[in-house]
Amino acid sequence: MNPVSVEEAVAMIPSGASIMVGGFMGVGTPERLLDEVVRQQKTGLTLISNDAATPGKGVGKLFDAALVSRLTATHIGLNPKAQQQMLANQITVDLIPQGTFVERIRAGGCGLGGVLTPTGVGTLVADGKRLIEVDGKSFLLETALRAQFALVHAFLADYLGNLTYALTARNFNPVMAMAAETVIVTAEHIVPVGVIAPDHVVTPAPLVDYLIANG
Amino acid sequence: MDPQIIIARRVARELHSGDLVNLGIGIPTLVANYVPADLKVFFQSENGLIGTGPIPEQGMAHPLLTDAGGRPISALPGAATFDSAMSFGLIRGGHVDVTVLGGLQVDADGHLANWMIPGKMVPGMGGAMDLVSGARRVIVAMQHAAKGKSKIVAKCSLPLTSTRPVDLVVTDLAVIGFAGGKATLMETAPGVSVAEVMAVTEADLTIPGTVPEMKL
Repeated sequence: MNPVSVEEAVAMIPSGASIMVGGFMGVGTPERLLDEVVRQQKTGLTLISNDAATPGKGVGKLFDAALVSRLTATHIGLNPKAQQQMLANQITVDLIPQGTFVERIRAGGCGLGGVLTPTGVGTLVADGKRLIEVDGKSFLLETALRAQFALVHAFLADYLGNLTYALTARNFNPVMAMAAETVIVTAEHIVPVGVIAPDHVVTPAPLVDYLIANG
Repeated sequence: MDPQIIIARRVARELHSGDLVNLGIGIPTLVANYVPADLKVFFQSENGLIGTGPIPEQGMAHPLLTDAGGRPISALPGAATFDSAMSFGLIRGGHVDVTVLGGLQVDADGHLANWMIPGKMVPGMGGAMDLVSGARRVIVAMQHAAKGKSKIVAKCSLPLTSTRPVDLVVTDLAVIGFAGGKATLMETAPGVSVAEVMAVTEADLTIPGTVPEMKL
């Protein structure tokens, strides 16, 4: 793990990159990184995020600044701007069930080609997907999802990059921290090695490429 | 009584001690307000919490403790937090005893449509498809009709949430079950006649000899 400034970290992300961003309705989202993505005007992003949050909050800022060209998410109903951009064909949106979303990312981070899920069988979600029978039950083959960058928000990060999360701010962060080429982390608190007991580490340090230093 | 409160109070009677329950947004959220205090129900919030408590008092909200809509909540003693893979493992894996969801349409076969109106409202399905596919019991809590049109239809015209039929629909007028694959009128709301329910129900309902009144 390398400590970097938020400016240096975001400078590594090219326009047009694919980014996974942790958080659920803006809770557990690396706000400082997103503010800097907006400041550096990284355009044409492929965003993989549970939702579109709300204008001014979390990944909602990326829609405010019209930086997203493709979105994979589960629910964007609480962000009118994302809805407008989708209906105006300014962004291509792939809406998928939330359990499928997290399992596709988990598969991507765990070296699996995909997962078999009963969710979506017989619905619009099944269009174009392979239906596979296992022991008489039907499942959809949902392929793995990865990104170039994962932007993750932790509660505690130690000097090595071991991470823990808090309350409902955990959500997609630990799963996304495994599914990208480069993992960039902001933390509420940076603490000495040892403060996080081995049993309490959720994301082990070797998964973290860059930790944003206190500014 | 307010129609939403009738629905919430009736759904609350479907919950049992020890149940792990997921409540959707809207009317389903109200159900928690009518669960008797001696009933030990675990409420899950799919953003990663079992043991959701009421809205915190003024000044007590924590920015990292919210419901699936991003609103502040509290956690009860014994609560547990986890990531989204665990949360949906619980849901898809049959560990959630009851899910209560809102609905746009439920049809005579018990199929639910509740996630999009093509060309008009495309918010995304969030966790709804996983909940209907995986929870042990699926209860739909919704108004019987919207703008004078029945939401209990012969066949869903809107995209389905799942091909798995729901178990129970609770509206402001009636309780409808789907045991045996047929929509059956189980109860009517206080002061509502069977004929009145039939008049605002598009789907064919099986009407048993006696249809009791909802207990609230």
